[in-house]
Amino acid sequence: MTKRRERREHGIRRPGWLTYLVLVVAILIAVYPLYYTFLLSSSSQIEIAKHPIPGLIPQGNLLSNLTRVFHTEGLDFWGAFINSVMVAVIQSASVAIFSTLAGFAFAKLRFHGRRGLLAFIVATMAVPPQLGVVPLFIVMAKLGWTGQLVAVIVPGLVSAFGVFWMTQYLSGALPYELVEAARVDGCSMFASFRHVALPAARPAAAMLFLFTFVTSWTTYFWPSIVLGSQNPTLPVALQLLQTGYAKDMSLIMSGVLLSTLPLLVLFLVVGRQLVSGIMAGAVKG
Amino acid sequence: MAHDARKRTLSTRMSLLDVKTAPYLYIAPFFIVWAITGLFPLLYTAYISTRKWDLLQGDLGPAGLSNFTFVLAQPGFWQALRNTFSIFLLSSVPQIITALFLAAVLDANLRAKTFWRMGVLIPYVVAPVAVSLIFTEIFSDRSGMANALLANIGVSPIGWHADTLPSHLAIATMVNYRWTGYNTLILLAAMQSISTDVIEAAVVDGAVRLKTYWYVILPLLRPTVIFVIITSTIGGLQIFDEPRMFDLTTIGGSNGNFMTVTMYLYNTGWGPQLNMGRASAVAMLLLAVILLVALFNLILSSRISSVDNPSGRHGPGRKTGVR
Repeated sequence: MTKRRERREHGIRRPGWLTYLVLVVAILIAVYPLYYTFLLSSSSQIEIAKHPIPGLIPQGNLLSNLTRVFHTEGLDFWGAFINSVMVAVIQSASVAIFSTLAGFAFAKLRFHGRRGLLAFIVATMAVPPQLGVVPLFIVMAKLGWTGQLVAVIVPGLVSAFGVFWMTQYLSGALPYELVEAARVDGCSMFASFRHVALPAARPAAAMLFLFTFVTSWTTYFWPSIVLGSQNPTLPVALQLLQTGYAKDMSLIMSGVLLSTLPLLVLFLVVGRQLVSGIMAGAVKG
Repeated sequence: MAHDARKRTLSTRMSLLDVKTAPYLYIAPFFIVWAITGLFPLLYTAYISTRKWDLLQGDLGPAGLSNFTFVLAQPGFWQALRNTFSIFLLSSVPQIITALFLAAVLDANLRAKTFWRMGVLIPYVVAPVAVSLIFTEIFSDRSGMANALLANIGVSPIGWHADTLPSHLAIATMVNYRWTGYNTLILLAAMQSISTDVIEAAVVDGAVRLKTYWYVILPLLRPTVIFVIITSTIGGLQIFDEPRMFDLTTIGGSNGNFMTVTMYLYNTGWGPQLNMGRASAVAMLLLAVILLVALFNLILSSRISSVDNPSGRHGPGRKTGVR
């Protein structure tokens, strides 16, 4: 007991092996479903049926299964991939830019209605946007946008959370003196935004870009309603792999693998930023 | 000279105009897009819910409250509401407990901190649809891994898709898989913002590690826990992706045993009924439920904190008899 207490007290001593064991188990639980996906993608239908608990060594059918995904009848998987990239990139860039602009205005500029408008944005964050799908669909149908990518892109071009996030960040990260100094030096408002606010906002804007990217890439509900099977994004395409009477699990799991891999690779590169983004948001929120 | 002065006033004026209008220009893109795609649909949902509105034929006139009375008279709607709450409780309660535990473990002075933190976050980048397809196979009724593992310890196969509670457990597992790590990091951040002085004071007072967590750290985490609960309420009560993917041939199971409210909404609007009016009524009812639960959360949490906190509004003495 005394030893344990000391650890907490000073916070310098390294924890024992039990702590690491707990973490290893947690990470195995996080990773195993993905490895399971990989195992099933590398197996044949017969092997999957024979062994409900797959062996830990992958089988040899991975490439042929992955190829089959791209040749599934009635499904343009490559097209779905391109669609997902387009939606995610455009929405993330747009959310990052517009949130930075609005966040700068809310954090550092004085104008009538500033407090009221900001409170309004924060209040609407609690209202789930999913519930507006019926009119949103009717509007898209009127515009002739159903089945088109633009119907998925436009509603995600801005985010109330994004504006709130950038406002919070910029009110802390950007001193008023800098903005005023730029004005005194004769900068126009936009020039002071570009030369003073933008550099300061970059880390938070980059995180906002990442989180929006993950959200866009993984969203299913609205795309499945408005796109249908003709012009799907990846999550909708995964649903299409599952149709048919006999479920072809090696095909479905190969699709899951292909659609998840890009974000896993992204995670290897920027996972550190995602971690600190979540932790920074938690302290402020 | 005179020319110069005039020039200056013009530029001063321009600059003043710039100062006045720039803020509005900066927030305009957000408000314009958001008003069209966020605010308007929500308000218009309320309007459509009072109309006879067919997906193909459009607005067919006023309906009064008949859409609401129709939906509220459907046993399927109430079943969907029960399912939604059941899945929500099965996913949020174990998730927050696990997240608190993992956060406490991650709060230790670990080697390779970032590695462990990234490790628990991995599931977050897997789409709910993908998570659902993976676990649907694991929880397959006939040849799934879960039943095979249970058979090894002598448990007879469970109808993960066919039966109500098992299907809720399977779907809750998917939600927990994706979100536990995310919430762990939020709680970890809150733990680390607690000053070590507070903890040291508790230790000096003779509290052991476990007691320190229970009586000192957990109460200080309360705002963050409430934040996590409220966000997971808003998300959890709208659950759609996981139960939808769990079985695509029947929508929400053969007996509607894992049909959720959002699936019910989807089915009313885009299923055989094609009834936008009733779908909007379902949306409004779900909104009311979400707001009620959020309000309930707030009241409950503020009551707990005022009861728990002896130096709070109610003064000392309140604490005795509670624990």
